Amino acid sequence: MLRDITIGQYYPADSIIHRLDPRVKLFATLIYVISLFLAKGVFGFGISVLFLAMIIWLSKVPFKFMVKGLKAIMILMIITAAFNALLTPGEVLVSFWIFKITKEGLKNAVMMTARLIFLILGTSIMTLTTTPNQLTDGLEKALRPLNKIKIPVHAIAMMMSIALRFIPILVEETDKIMKAQMARGADFESGNLLKRVKNMIPLLVPLFVSAFRRADDLAMAMEARCYHGGEGRTKMKPLTYARRDYLAYILVIAYLGVTLLLRWV
Amino acid sequence: MNIIKARQLVHEYIRRDEEGNVESIQTALDHVDLDVKEGQFIAVLGHNGSGKSTFAKHVNALLAPTEGTLWVDGKDVSKEENILDVRQTAGMVFQNPDNQIIASVVEEDVGFGPENIGVPTEDIWVRVADSLKSVGMLKYRNHSPNKLSGGQKQRVAIAGVMAMEPKCIVLDEPTAMLDPNGRKEVLRAVKELNQKKGITIILITHYMEEVVDADYVYVMDHGEVVMRGTPREIFSQVGTLKEHHLDVPQMTLLADLLRQSGLNIPLGVLTREELVDAVMKIAE
Amino acid sequence: MSIIVDKVNYVYSEGTAYEIKALQDINLEIKDGEFIGIIGHTGSGKSTLIQHLNGLIKATSGAIYFHGQDIYDKDFDLRELRNRVGLVFQYPEHQLFETTIFDDVCFGPMNQGLTKEEAGLRAFEALRSVGIPEELFYQSPFDLSGGQKRRVAIAGVLAMKPEVLILDEPTAGLDPGGRDEILDLITRMHRERGMTVILVSHSMEDVAKYVDRIIVMNQGRVMFDDVPKEVFKHYKELETIGLAAPQVTYLMHELREKGLPVSTDVTTVAEARAELLRVLLGERR
Repeated sequence: MLRDITIGQYYPADSIIHRLDPRVKLFATLIYVISLFLAKGVFGFGISVLFLAMIIWLSKVPFKFMVKGLKAIMILMIITAAFNALLTPGEVLVSFWIFKITKEGLKNAVMMTARLIFLILGTSIMTLTTTPNQLTDGLEKALRPLNKIKIPVHAIAMMMSIALRFIPILVEETDKIMKAQMARGADFESGNLLKRVKNMIPLLVPLFVSAFRRADDLAMAMEARCYHGGEGRTKMKPLTYARRDYLAYILVIAYLGVTLLLRWV
Repeated sequence: MNIIKARQLVHEYIRRDEEGNVESIQTALDHVDLDVKEGQFIAVLGHNGSGKSTFAKHVNALLAPTEGTLWVDGKDVSKEENILDVRQTAGMVFQNPDNQIIASVVEEDVGFGPENIGVPTEDIWVRVADSLKSVGMLKYRNHSPNKLSGGQKQRVAIAGVMAMEPKCIVLDEPTAMLDPNGRKEVLRAVKELNQKKGITIILITHYMEEVVDADYVYVMDHGEVVMRGTPREIFSQVGTLKEHHLDVPQMTLLADLLRQSGLNIPLGVLTREELVDAVMKIAE
Repeated sequence: MSIIVDKVNYVYSEGTAYEIKALQDINLEIKDGEFIGIIGHTGSGKSTLIQHLNGLIKATSGAIYFHGQDIYDKDFDLRELRNRVGLVFQYPEHQLFETTIFDDVCFGPMNQGLTKEEAGLRAFEALRSVGIPEELFYQSPFDLSGGQKRRVAIAGVLAMKPEVLILDEPTAGLDPGGRDEILDLITRMHRERGMTVILVSHSMEDVAKYVDRIIVMNQGRVMFDDVPKEVFKHYKELETIGLAAPQVTYLMHELREKGLPVSTDVTTVAEARAELLRVLLGERR
């Protein structure tokens, strides 16, 4: 069940989206997220859907693979939808006991769920088509000005890329420890909240111990390969903009323009 | 010339309590003398806690000696200014394949070392391709390490070291977490690097079958070198090996048992072929 | 009759592009008191199979009976099954979490609903049987050596007093000393307590030395299921799936090809010694 999480995973393929400069993808993702909250009306959303559909198609990542990632946040979506449906005041459609479902609420629920889905799909297409290393390279370069105010951009970027690399490993490990403790009679499912939290200890302690051990090993392995911070480092894949990147920037800005325009129409 | 030369090497792990007072001292290396000639295939044997891993970490300047000196390619590892050079000369492969791969794509991981030592971009690409080829992993260059088998991951780790163009590779129990196939894969790759590229290999292990082809074997126990010699010399002392909590290959063990039962079998049988010959000689 | 596996199939990520048939048409009967070895290369389905035996994974189709009861029955208590079929995972020391060794071993028995005293008694007994000296009982498990940690983790399962003990590569990563300790411990459990033991292993030499019956897994199927000497007769087929017979078996085959009339049924060093002495010294006399 835990291995179904696709957020943060990289899907290797050879597509134009994979080849785009990570800075472009970071920028586009940011713009897309903003646009989701700016989009209004059927046309506004229609454009967002079309834009996303086009990118997914171009990326060659199977749609099925992306949908699988959504399953992991299903509960979050249901809660969001329920809150919106039940707590928005307005014209009552159905009511039972103390609950009222309003027309506005229903509309909001649909809108919010849709936004959430697009948000997740939009950001996961970035992580799916960009290796963590490229992503951090992009961040590092985009945020380089912050170095001037003494923010260790390289170190932060390196930490992020390593975290991303270890997510799937730790997820698998969680699964394994959970099963091992279940074999010793552990119960992760029943009891009240306090008891459940307490029951997590046999899972969390080994997980932390393992994470620290891995961190230790990895630090040593990095040192052994002459890692000594960002100074004097060269890049195997330095970031340089190609023509497609400028084109992509124009496209993204045009998309934002259209979304904004549709707001006023 | 000796690429690695250890003289009276001592390493102590000192444990301190909260106030900084010494709580306990554990001597992990106890006056070790060891020499490795360039191009040799050396094996270091010992049970867990015998000090063999501590020794390996000195060769890579990950640990500094408490006493004594270790030279890697003529450079003293305890000198701060030599550290990067030493690490480039003597690369290191660790036991756990997952905990030494940094990047999420094979080729980017192999490029990590060259990046750190400031190799120009075009050269990195050449080195990455060459090193992946040398361990037979070139066709996996765009794969995610998570989808590889243990043996493949270790070969990527070896390629990562090769890309730094070292003279010597230290492998610290590289096969301990692998299945038999993975073990064979990794050993084959290591032997090939030794024979075809002349890379000096220091293999640290407790699998006896892996050291049969080594040029020279050191056995460690309690931080000391307790036995040294060719594999044949080492394996002809079955009893002494057992005292140091080590095994011998099954063929050596059987040969030893037969000799004890009065059969005329030579000392230090290492392989099946040798035992077949010895037995057939008796039968004739 | 202890455990019956009946036409079990298991499919990972069913219906997606990543679908993997991890187990296909598995039929097995595991009798009380048997000592079984399961061998197969990585990905052959052996880990998936053993997790079925204590209900951690539910078969996609087929049934498993424990003492005649269907474990997939609505009324069947899976936690009770896990008490009786103990499973020691690979690298079990990674599951240690308590502040003392003793408390960690108590975890299983406490989950079984035993009182503190009863659990303590079980822990005491289990730790002693795996050879952990008493002065270590109240230390942190994280300060132990690798081999000791593993024995403590095994004690954590033994303290639950299972009828069946399944171990997934219990010697992985240990040095020869640690390996022998664990294997001897397991053999003792089998011999003295009559425990049914299932040992998943990569090492043909270990399996040949200890077990009475070998199950060979390949691509999710049972390829062979027989006594060691019968299984290792198929050494050529074993090689095609990345496995092999013990070294001594090969030796005997090679000697036979050269005309020495030795039996090729040999699977352990001790058997090889006896057989060679019989043939060589017998001939001389």
